[in-house]
Amino acid sequence: MTRPLLTIEGLAKSWRRPGGGLHEVLAGVSLSVPAEPQFISLLGPSGCGKSTLLRLVAGLDAPSAGRIDWSQAAFEAFGAARPSVGFVFQEPTLMPWASLFENVRLPLRVAGRSRREAREEVMAALDMVGLADRAGAYPRQLSGGQKMRVSIARALVMRPRVLLMDEPFAALDEITRHRLNDDLLSVWQASGATVLFVTHSVYESVYLSSRIITIGTGGAGPGRIIADRAVDAPYPRDEAFRTSDRYNALCRQVSADLRAASGGALEEVHA
Amino acid sequence: MNRPLAQRLAPILFIAALLALWEGVVRLNHVPSFILPTPSQIAIRLVEDWPILWPALVYTCGVTAAALIASGVLGLMLAMLMSASAWVERMIYPLAVVLQVTPIVAIAPLIIIWVHDTRLSLLICAFLVAFFPVVANATTGLNSVDGNLRALFTLYGARPWQRLFWLSLPSALPYYLAGLRISGGLALIGAVVAEFVAGTGGTRSGLAFVIVESGYRLSMDRMFAALFLISASGILLYALISRITRALLRHWHESAL
Repeated sequence: MTRPLLTIEGLAKSWRRPGGGLHEVLAGVSLSVPAEPQFISLLGPSGCGKSTLLRLVAGLDAPSAGRIDWSQAAFEAFGAARPSVGFVFQEPTLMPWASLFENVRLPLRVAGRSRREAREEVMAALDMVGLADRAGAYPRQLSGGQKMRVSIARALVMRPRVLLMDEPFAALDEITRHRLNDDLLSVWQASGATVLFVTHSVYESVYLSSRIITIGTGGAGPGRIIADRAVDAPYPRDEAFRTSDRYNALCRQVSADLRAASGGALEEVHA
Repeated sequence: MNRPLAQRLAPILFIAALLALWEGVVRLNHVPSFILPTPSQIAIRLVEDWPILWPALVYTCGVTAAALIASGVLGLMLAMLMSASAWVERMIYPLAVVLQVTPIVAIAPLIIIWVHDTRLSLLICAFLVAFFPVVANATTGLNSVDGNLRALFTLYGARPWQRLFWLSLPSALPYYLAGLRISGGLALIGAVVAEFVAGTGGTRSGLAFVIVESGYRLSMDRMFAALFLISASGILLYALISRITRALLRHWHESAL
């Protein structure tokens, strides 16, 4: 077996409360992400620390305790300094003053690549999300779903080993969300990256994931891992999967995990 | 900008009606021109005294433009310093506020005494009035960069200069331009006020000096002609900055859509 891409051990994060004292968001989180591409959902109720975990993995915040170890393979695209990670926020987080092309080019530009060198990769990334013909448009001319697509293209333009997504579709309507779910799956399979996908939707996590990690406080205390469940349904997935018995059974199990994560009665899990 | 003709003509017709009313009332009541000249007298004076008014206009506009450019450049630099370091902000901001709230009329005599070159002393006065809105607005702009975009730049390992030029400055641009638009009017006011102070002391300068001098000579029509030119330059300056703002922001900012 090859070395895991990412190993997290005993990770904890706490914030200092304004009035003094510590607020523990996460504690004792350990997990391992294998080298093979996976689609991992981090599922949990609001405020359980799943977004915090994502920010820790991205290196945007420093952990209070524990370790995050990346394998050497994770350090490819960005040079030796930082692991190759793409990040998609809950909001599209585009630069309103720049065209779609310039928005997607940003990571390459920061890395010192010229406009000419970057052109092909930027257009390929925009093409992947179906917006190549809008490269010259500005973000305000797009719908919410289209902006999210641009955000995903920007996250993928560096061909990262890991794509971190923080409830990216939470603000979208149901139909747009379903379409983006499908598109995300095909983009993910084409990219060969591992996705860490934060969500609070059981249905979304089951539909998308090959593995679902449920995080929660279990009623009190800091957030921790409540369940880590493989979703053994083959890709590609489509509407037929969404209405299958397998899907329904998985949704029931994961819903029980989520109830346990928010402190609901554990016996329901076994019922 | 495809407003119907009537809508565009309305303000022009209204102003024309006011001027006609003014002309009529003054003529019917035989108001002497050293109390209140008619618009037509003022227009004639404007043309006849052009050799005096034109250099004065150039002088005043020159001081205003120089003060505005100085506040645009120095204001932005100061704002960048303050947003880079909380220490600098804490040290300098109170001083900027003190300068802002102290009436320029009260400081102008001192500056005119200290600085021998008239033009430079006027420029300093106009600058002192104009530069605070730029600093205040640009600082606000630089500090209101979207937190997630900031995080994204961190994630990609952006260097400080990349962050400054590709994130902070574009984010701050709408605020900066709004500050500049306020400063344009203030620079003109600052220049005119300082000219008044200098002019009362007998120093020849721009349009405000023409007004002071015309007052001594009871030449109200020339005074009004100079006043008209000051207002006209103020309006032109505002329109110019608005035009630049629109051109720079039209693709993306709500204020310019």
